[in-house]
Amino acid sequence: MQAIKPLFTEGPSIASRVISLGAAALLLIILNVYTDALTPVRSVLGSLASPFYLLTDLPSRLLGWGQENVLSRDQLQEDNDALRAELLIHKRKQQQMASLAAENVRLRQLLNSAEMIKDRVLVAELVGVSPDPLTHRVVINKGRRHDVYLGQPLLDAEGLMGQVVEVNEFTSQVLLITDATHALPVQISRNGVRAVAEGIGDLYHLTLRHVSNTVDVRVGDLLVSSGLGQRFPEGYPVAEVTSVVNDPGQPFARVVARPKAYLNRSRHVLLVFGGKATDAGEL
Amino acid sequence: MVLIKAHNRWVITATFGLALFLTVFPVAATLRWFRPEFITLLVIYWVLVMPQQFSLLHLWLLGCAVDLLVGSVLGQHSLALMVVTYICMLSYQRVRSYALWQQSAFVFLIIGLQQLVGNWVHSLSGSTPPSLVFLMPALVSALVWPFLSLYLDRLRLRLHVS
Repeated sequence: MQAIKPLFTEGPSIASRVISLGAAALLLIILNVYTDALTPVRSVLGSLASPFYLLTDLPSRLLGWGQENVLSRDQLQEDNDALRAELLIHKRKQQQMASLAAENVRLRQLLNSAEMIKDRVLVAELVGVSPDPLTHRVVINKGRRHDVYLGQPLLDAEGLMGQVVEVNEFTSQVLLITDATHALPVQISRNGVRAVAEGIGDLYHLTLRHVSNTVDVRVGDLLVSSGLGQRFPEGYPVAEVTSVVNDPGQPFARVVARPKAYLNRSRHVLLVFGGKATDAGEL
Repeated sequence: MVLIKAHNRWVITATFGLALFLTVFPVAATLRWFRPEFITLLVIYWVLVMPQQFSLLHLWLLGCAVDLLVGSVLGQHSLALMVVTYICMLSYQRVRSYALWQQSAFVFLIIGLQQLVGNWVHSLSGSTPPSLVFLMPALVSALVWPFLSLYLDRLRLRLHVS
């Protein structure tokens, strides 16, 4: 321990060094917030962070492995039965779907509109969540190597989760739809009314922006992605309306919806290869 | 002397590696506010212990590494760490002689300041400022400080880091 302050210090003083480095940090912040100059740097250097996330994911992975491998026979059988029952239910729905899809195609042909494109998907796994409580970001274990691109939509089994905002070599960062800086175009599946669903930094709530008091929106309405932003494919469930407050004193109704996707629980997620890759400048 | 310094560097790097690990360790969404700022705590500790041996540039790069890891705006943690280090370097002689609870109060102030810088950068990038809950990590860090500093003191004695 050096208790005595050296009388003759070498080089510039602490204050000047702090100020110059602080200014450098400020410059970085401004470059980062207002320009895209640092996006490639981030995506390359960010790859170095992937091992950390894989490492922090190890305990839960081990736990999961244990839960899957150390099971009693009865439990396995029970799981199997439950899964079979579920499969049967889904198969029945699928049968209906086939006829509905055929009907849909016929109707679309009648209307001369473009065919629905089947989206290709890639199964990914969540390996990390942003430690910052103010940002809703997750890390998935698919990256540039797996042709993930900027702006790619992410889904779970229930609905839309978010979009890729940073692609690294083996992992990528996904901004969730509930982040305070995220908004996406939606429509009410019941009547096709369009709106913009905004995140407010709360995992369980989205708000609809600029919905006038006379618009037909009710509690329980399903909001699906409208595909208008050219970012998310059309027709995926996003949220369910949980409250509509019409205050005559306010210019707009206050509509709150609950995301359909299990944003804090889903581990297996789907990356959709729907649209085309967008360059970083559009983000 | 050179050997001792090299040894010091290894121990300090190891503690920071562990802190980085703890910083990104996934916890439930509601618990995220209660995570202590491990990196800043360590910076405060090591700067108070050996203020002359720390390179500001290294700390700056550490801040960038945290930003890359956490996914925050590049430079946010660097800026915050510069502020924290500067205050610690100016006041280490006084703070060293404080009682533990007084040091905790010091830590609360410093980390509160760091959160403030973080908040400012957040609002630059367009997110809404949160309520006073943003001081929660500072509070938790202050509570963790006595244990951390006592433990690191013992570790330092055992590994002959000085």
